[in-house]
Amino acid sequence: MSTRLYQCIEAIGNKIIENKDFLTDLDREIGDADHGVNMARGFSEVLTALPQDETDIGAALKKVGMTLLSKVGGASGPLYGTAYMKAAGPAAGKTEIDLTVACEMLKEAIAGIQMRGKAVKGEKTMLDALIPAYETMVSCIESGDDAKTTLEKMCETASMGVEYTKTIQATKGRASYLGERSIGHQDPGATSSLITLEAIRDFL
Amino acid sequence: MVGIVIVSHSRKVAEGVRDLALQMAGEHKAIIACGGMEDGSIGTDTVLIMEAIKEANDGDGVCVLCDLGSAILSTQTAMDLLDDPIKVVIADAPILEGAISCAINASFGAPLSDVVQAAEKARGMSKF
Repeated sequence: MSTRLYQCIEAIGNKIIENKDFLTDLDREIGDADHGVNMARGFSEVLTALPQDETDIGAALKKVGMTLLSKVGGASGPLYGTAYMKAAGPAAGKTEIDLTVACEMLKEAIAGIQMRGKAVKGEKTMLDALIPAYETMVSCIESGDDAKTTLEKMCETASMGVEYTKTIQATKGRASYLGERSIGHQDPGATSSLITLEAIRDFL
Repeated sequence: MVGIVIVSHSRKVAEGVRDLALQMAGEHKAIIACGGMEDGSIGTDTVLIMEAIKEANDGDGVCVLCDLGSAILSTQTAMDLLDDPIKVVIADAPILEGAISCAINASFGAPLSDVVQAAEKARGMSKF
């Protein structure tokens, strides 16, 4: 019997794997058509490598991060890998987390992505979904929303963030070679970040 | 002697660059090719890069030559993951030309800073 922790990561992995072709198609428009394939390969490996009886959230996320670093292959490997490993920090040794800790984890993850990718909001990256989601999370905690409501609202703003990436030009990665031609396409990285949040929302 | 790691998305590219650099640099043996994923597909693997850096280091540090994009992100991540205090620098240089001048200088016993500088000079080298 797998732990709830494993089931949550499994839910994220399965949703990423289900969306493999969708993410790859998005990446074909502006990137090198490998985002879905790479992320699916990474998470398939995660679901095998992660012990099903793992209860330490920090240890599990570290394992997820290391596996993504090794198995994803594209830029999303070091970016998501770093994000999961940074998120592990505030969860070290914990077997349950509340919204406040989760918020700290997301903050660390975003800081890790920014450090690694040297990107800011508005550059057509995963940050355009994650930063608005984080800001929503902070205000939900302030107003005392429960976890389910918080995740629902976070997905709404992250989804608006993904829509926003259609209107802007890419300045990072292969899509930046396209210049203005990248406008009109939604960012695959922002999309996989939204998918991750939706998987957590549906799991709760 | 300064170690050299060649990081490419393609195993064949990394091995080809290493072979050429070895040919030019003679006795230098610590040139490690780190290309592609474990299964041979196109991509970069942070953990493999970290192991390559460790293998290339004999105490004088390591100069890394990358192709582009995630090769650089993955190498930077590998550098952060190293638990041993190894001096590692990514040369801001074209992978092939950089590797050759890097290897020649390293084979003379030049220190890491000079090896990196030699690699980066290759960026402005005229072919004619």
